[in-house]
Amino acid sequence: MKNLTTSALIAGSTMLSPFAAYAETEIKFWHAFTGRLGELVAAQVEDFNAGQNDFTVIASHKGNYSETLNAGIAAFRAGEQPQILMVFEVGTATMMSAEGAVRSVTKVMEASGADFNPDAYISAVNGYYTSTDGEMLSLPFNASTPVLWVNRNEFDAAGVDPDTDLSTWQNVSDVLTMLQDGGSTCPLTTAWQSWIHLENFSAYHDVPFATQDNGFAGVDTELSFNGPAQVAHISAMGEWAQDGKFFYAGRRNEGGANFRAGECALFTESSAGYAGIKAEAKFDFDVRPLPYWEGVGNSPQNTIIGGASLWVMEGHKTAEYEGAAQFLAYLSSSDVQAQWHQDTGYLPITTAAADATRAAGFYEANIGTEVAVIQMTTNEPTANSKGLRLGSFDQIRGIIDEELEAVWVGDKDAQSALDTAVERGNQLLRRFEQANQ
Amino acid sequence: MEKRVTFKGWLLPLFLIAPQVLVTAVFFFYPAGQAIWQSLFIPDPFGLSMQYVGLGNFEYLLSDPYYRTSFLTTAIFSTLVTLASMIPALFLAVVADRLIKGAGVYRTMLIWPYAVAPAIAGVLWLFMFNTRVGVVSWYLGNLGYDWNHVLNGGEAMGLVVVASAWGRISYNFLFFFAALQSIPKSVIEAAAIDGARFWRRFLTIVLPLLSPTTFFLLVVNVVYAFFETFGVIHTITSGGPQQSTTILVYKVFSDGFVGQDLGSSAAQSVILLFVVGALTIFQFKFIERRVHY
Repeated sequence: MKNLTTSALIAGSTMLSPFAAYAETEIKFWHAFTGRLGELVAAQVEDFNAGQNDFTVIASHKGNYSETLNAGIAAFRAGEQPQILMVFEVGTATMMSAEGAVRSVTKVMEASGADFNPDAYISAVNGYYTSTDGEMLSLPFNASTPVLWVNRNEFDAAGVDPDTDLSTWQNVSDVLTMLQDGGSTCPLTTAWQSWIHLENFSAYHDVPFATQDNGFAGVDTELSFNGPAQVAHISAMGEWAQDGKFFYAGRRNEGGANFRAGECALFTESSAGYAGIKAEAKFDFDVRPLPYWEGVGNSPQNTIIGGASLWVMEGHKTAEYEGAAQFLAYLSSSDVQAQWHQDTGYLPITTAAADATRAAGFYEANIGTEVAVIQMTTNEPTANSKGLRLGSFDQIRGIIDEELEAVWVGDKDAQSALDTAVERGNQLLRRFEQANQ
Repeated sequence: MEKRVTFKGWLLPLFLIAPQVLVTAVFFFYPAGQAIWQSLFIPDPFGLSMQYVGLGNFEYLLSDPYYRTSFLTTAIFSTLVTLASMIPALFLAVVADRLIKGAGVYRTMLIWPYAVAPAIAGVLWLFMFNTRVGVVSWYLGNLGYDWNHVLNGGEAMGLVVVASAWGRISYNFLFFFAALQSIPKSVIEAAAIDGARFWRRFLTIVLPLLSPTTFFLLVVNVVYAFFETFGVIHTITSGGPQQSTTILVYKVFSDGFVGQDLGSSAAQSVILLFVVGALTIFQFKFIERRVHY
């Protein structure tokens, strides 16, 4: 099989080489963006291609995040992988342990003549994709972090002051009661429950989500999100769900429809929800930092990111890596980054881009857009808040979803649900460890 | 005496069955063999390395109480889908068979849903039953019933069953309708002259004469419910709430294509292969006896 693939590759490259000598080197870039985001990516690619004559980046949409990752994996097995592949944050451990399939961004950049300064990147963003010894594995592309969205009109309608301090869950808890007493049918809803209420919750309170520095220090990691801090939070959410103060809409971002329609007063969702909420909401809204439990752990530490990063794959020619490096350098440049951040609500990946955005007065003109940046960058990340690096994590999230649903509906208490989720998730981690020995 | 037509020599018969054998080999034996081979390993997603684990994947699966529960869920799901797609189809076929005017229009309209892909059908039903904006859930709300398949396992099961069975009714209708048309009118007329009313004619003449079709559809629908419904599950519930709609084939799909756990996914395919094989043998051995050809 391996021989077949190699000979096919050799045959393929011999056939192509006469053309390669004349044409620009082609760099394939597979991504998961459609709609507005797809257009913005296409514009970036076009701009890059127009700006130089040596390389042509060919961007293709390969489906949603999971499908894009699968397309990349299948292509690699067939020896037809792209130079650059977009992988969501959940797939990081899978990509990382695929030694021989990926080449780290640090290596690619250093081998090329492209501008590269690891310190230019915001550590809370790029830390997620950096190995413990400081090697940048992939380039963060679209990164967001959860924040609290407030429907001010719903507060007014329920007779609650919309400027109430919502920085702690203690305060939010009182506010939820007041909202419900004031007639609100959906005081709180959420998107991405595992990402926000367990993964980010753990980082924000500086408590471990998993052992071995959340998996950064090794694949022999075990889940530990059944600690007292997480149990207390899920328990409180469970009570709110039972009392009708927390409305559960679904595993992904289904709750967004309810919030944008003006039905819900509070909504925990990614900062990248900005574009959609701004376009659809017919009410005054606010962005606030994600609440924390006062006195629990080291809160507020910093939240972690979600989104995707760009991985450079192995098995290509030197010139193609040169081109990939140029493209990644282009994406990291401060103008491109600042524009991307302002267009999408995703976080800027470099300090320079954040500064440029601030200097342009964007944050004053668009209230709340800076909340996510501040929340991520105020504190230097700890071992608990650098990010997560866990194998089979898409499936572990599925398990967490199942167990949390049992809490929301009242079938299980928080402790036993999280204990079961940890136990089931650990089995998957052991299999992942075995697969990557 | 039985009359037998035989070929002289081997060449022609071999040549005639060769295309069928070839198709089966390429699209069934080869992948099934691959699945059995892969089920003995834990490979990494990129195919860079493989760990031989013997029957480890099977042990891992069968010791998982959630996987065992998924057998029961599958049994409930496939029984319901089979019933929900065959009974209405039979009813519609009988009614359409009695039509004198406009039969063609009705037939065409009834066959339409079959053209809708399962995943698309899933999205359609999901919209109608969406807890906040769905038309049906809104009417149910007006009647005082709070529909919430996002948290209620029974409602979620009902919804995926209906969404899976809906398009299938058309397919079954087509077969039942054709079978009804082929029942000789003279038999039914004779019974009518003898004074048998509709129900009696239906139960004693029509139903037995339909039994070959019914049996065929039973086998085909069970296979459908087992294998082709993951698109519906994926779009509507993703196997939730909790695990109340996680059927075996959905787990194969999600472990393999979402979790990239190809070893476990392959082992599940093998288990599923045996389950469906056993079920089909059972159907042919015990149910086919009651079929009159």
